[in-house]
Amino acid sequence: MQFSVNHPIIFIIVGIVIAIVLAQSVFFLVKAVRRAKELGIESSTVKKTISSAAVFTIAPAVAVLVGVVALSKSLGIALPWLRLSVIGSITYETVAAGNALEALGQSAAETITDPSTYVTVLWVMTICIAAGLILAPLITKKIQSGMNKIGMKDKKWGELFNNAMFLGMISAFLGYVFCDVTYLGDGLLQGLTPVCVMLVSAAVMAVLGVISIKCKVRWLNDYALPISLICGMASAILFSDIFGGYEITKEMIEGVRG
Amino acid sequence: MKAQLSYMNSMHRWGKIWGLGVAAVIFAVPVVVSIIFGCLPEWAALGKALFATLPMYWAVGIVEVFTYVPMLGAGGTYLAFVTGNISNMKLPCAVDAMERAKVKASSEEGEVISTIAIAVSSIVTTLIILLGVVLIIPLTPILESPVLEPAFGMILPALFGGLAVVFISKNAKLAIAPVLLMLALFIFVPALNASTVGIMVPVGVVFTVCVARIMYKKGML
Repeated sequence: MQFSVNHPIIFIIVGIVIAIVLAQSVFFLVKAVRRAKELGIESSTVKKTISSAAVFTIAPAVAVLVGVVALSKSLGIALPWLRLSVIGSITYETVAAGNALEALGQSAAETITDPSTYVTVLWVMTICIAAGLILAPLITKKIQSGMNKIGMKDKKWGELFNNAMFLGMISAFLGYVFCDVTYLGDGLLQGLTPVCVMLVSAAVMAVLGVISIKCKVRWLNDYALPISLICGMASAILFSDIFGGYEITKEMIEGVRG
Repeated sequence: MKAQLSYMNSMHRWGKIWGLGVAAVIFAVPVVVSIIFGCLPEWAALGKALFATLPMYWAVGIVEVFTYVPMLGAGGTYLAFVTGNISNMKLPCAVDAMERAKVKASSEEGEVISTIAIAVSSIVTTLIILLGVVLIIPLTPILESPVLEPAFGMILPALFGGLAVVFISKNAKLAIAPVLLMLALFIFVPALNASTVGIMVPVGVVFTVCVARIMYKKGML
């Protein structure tokens, strides 16, 4: 069969896989909603969870779409569509594909015409991301039963343990926001963009929290995260303009440090 | 209690079936493409690319399972590791949902709310990307517009700023040490950046749990 990155047969294969994964989500959703009823969780809480999760997802999903467009130049549309709809994330897939293309001596801006090249990239992306995919179904139960023991022994500590976990995760991402601040001494101000974006998002979140409590606007609280996300993203356009960008590349560092 | 066990057990059973089933399907894709077009991968390039990519990715992947299971719950984990985009989408979505529903991640209520949030997020993502793929030609100039580029590039700072406010305000005393440690590490260690943040999440988690334990034992929390 004559190969093309956008061959209809590839779209059919990808469509089948995505349909299966979609079915899994629906299956788990139905199970969880049923269980919520049995547990006596109010249906208004379930509905709010569904609607705010849906609203929240829009902006990150559009960002993922940007990744699909970026990868589609070399890989066609079908493969990035698959990789980014299921299992992958933008940062991982872009790097994995980039490494594969580099090893093949193929430019990321050129469309792949050789099926062997295409299959090689496909294998690299599939194998590299497989650790979590295979491990999660195998060890989740064990990890969870270990966790339950902590919670059962000492309830207060169990709760604290939970909060500590989330805080640890959030602090790592907060640290990452400041990673390019290192280069301020070199006159590279781009690293301030993520810091300012984070501060705007934090401020919006705080203000919305206060308003929703003071003025008793409950729905505002439900959509506080997506609203602060969008405000932060919008502010990135402004700050990026002020500081001359939002990330620091190797070339920039070499440029000033020689 | 029995009902709870049976729901959790059935979640684990289905998680295993779906997870391994989907993994098999995902591995079948390159095989099927090879057969249809009658070609094999270029082994030398495959080896080289795997050598450059695999160690880091697998390390992060393994660590992620251990870090995210307690935060996402079983159902959430089974879904998130299949549908991907965890730190930039599924995790914040689930954490926010549990926070607003006032349920703990370790409780069954938390488990259910997290699963609902992640399932909805996965479904909406799939639909948006499907729509985007169908409309890719008219959408490309918008998605690639240089004006909007920083907005899409800055999604993590925009997300975690909002989440940080919620969690730090609730646990201000406990937050001081981990936030200071992570700021110092990321500012002064040049190797730490967007691509290594995944590996720092468990470091932050373990450190914060230890600090919490010490403060708890000393009656500071």
